Amino acid sequence: MIRVVLPAHLRTLARVDSEVTLDVAGPVTQRSVLDALEARYPMLQGTIRDHGTLKRRAFVRFFACEQDLSHESPDALLPDAVATGAEPFLIVGAMAGG
Amino acid sequence: MSKIRLLVGTRKGAFILTADGKRKQWDVSGPHFAGWEMYHLKGSPVEPSRIYVSQTSSWFGQIIQRSDDGGKTWHQPGTPPGEPTTTPDGMPKGESNKFVYDTSSETGKPLTTHQWYDGTQRPWEFKRVWHLEPSLTDPNIVYAGIEDAALFRSRDGGQTWQELAGLRGVKGNLWQPGAGGMCLHTIMLDRRNPQRIYIAISAAGTFRTDDGGMTWRAINRGLKSQYELPDSDAEVGHCVHRIAMHPTRPNVLFMQKHWDVMRSDDAGESWHEVSGNLPTDFGFPIDVHAHEPETVYVVPIKSDSEHFPPDGKLRVYRSRTGGNEWEALTNGLPQRDCYVNVLRDAMAVDSLDPCGIYFGTSGGQVYGSANAGDSWAPIVRDLPAVLSVEVQTLT
Repeated sequence: MIRVVLPAHLRTLARVDSEVTLDVAGPVTQRSVLDALEARYPMLQGTIRDHGTLKRRAFVRFFACEQDLSHESPDALLPDAVATGAEPFLIVGAMAGG
Repeated sequence: MSKIRLLVGTRKGAFILTADGKRKQWDVSGPHFAGWEMYHLKGSPVEPSRIYVSQTSSWFGQIIQRSDDGGKTWHQPGTPPGEPTTTPDGMPKGESNKFVYDTSSETGKPLTTHQWYDGTQRPWEFKRVWHLEPSLTDPNIVYAGIEDAALFRSRDGGQTWQELAGLRGVKGNLWQPGAGGMCLHTIMLDRRNPQRIYIAISAAGTFRTDDGGMTWRAINRGLKSQYELPDSDAEVGHCVHRIAMHPTRPNVLFMQKHWDVMRSDDAGESWHEVSGNLPTDFGFPIDVHAHEPETVYVVPIKSDSEHFPPDGKLRVYRSRTGGNEWEALTNGLPQRDCYVNVLRDAMAVDSLDPCGIYFGTSGGQVYGSANAGDSWAPIVRDLPAVLSVEVQTLT
């Protein structure tokens, strides 16, 4: 069971009020987690990754286990603690200064 | 008794303002979609309870929302409230926020690049929906004007979107963004000719189709942009800010260009300037009185580098002669220390008699006039910066 924490705006869109849990078949990667997330919550398609390229949107960040995984390959394995559900995969709106 | 419903999009949410036909007491509902940039909300002329909404965010991209009960509840088309969001085999049902540029050579002349600020070519890239224009006859048909500039149409109530790609074939490789982005911001449907659509793009100009959107041509003859273009009367490249028409006279068009207020009497075949005695002919919105096709409204802004009213005085200008002769409308509007802007989609008229006119400002005020502009009063004063104002006259 994978735990995913969404930013507030995406929780509103997905109509969830806390972290979501997902079953992910096979290797646990950014891609497989996001595929599972969008399959469960199709209204989130296009909000985290671009529809066409599936690239991470510029102002979205991925954190887990106190690491910034935003620039990792989408097919790189996520930390074991995320794969086992011990730690959540955090989807975060990047800070906006000013 | 008639009722007025104003649909107000702001930088941090949407608001719905309602009043009876007297237009004196207003109820304010919102913020809807709090925290999101609400570029545009517009109701279907056929089913006024159906409202289409563009909800966007630099972080999370584009969302299309729809209400079928006049703004009480909302859903993303294709995923009605309470319904499963996936098919029984787990596949997503809704794709209402998916705008993919057409690459089929059968539907026009799709282009892969447009001009960038430095003259190089850049790939087209979807950024957001600026404007939604519901069909005059079918509540399930709605058009979307997007950035990077293109026109999309949905035939299923906003669930799925297809590009009318022929538009980009009209020298799209020469279009380039203005300071606000390369946006298709105006869509006008011709009540008398369902095959005719006008659109306007910053900074490409005005275009018309006479076959329902398959083929297009530029209608910019007469526009002059001597400070913006190397060829001041080029076929494309003009920074058109807004066009407007009276529904009973669809061949007469009015335009607020980057600089210049323009008029066409032949469906855009040619344009001539009608700026006349305006204190400045820079501005964004332009609109036409609901019952007087020769009565036109603009809000002059000082210049392209100073987006606020001249002399700190917020003045709407009205021409009752179809341009050239303009009068300042000031009663009830701030006449000192006012430095707000009024954006292109932030003015609208109702169809009551006398005609009501409304506009919203970058300072968060929405002003209304129930007497065609003779006097004004703020409906709300402290909203987030207003991006768009639309009005529904409900009977």
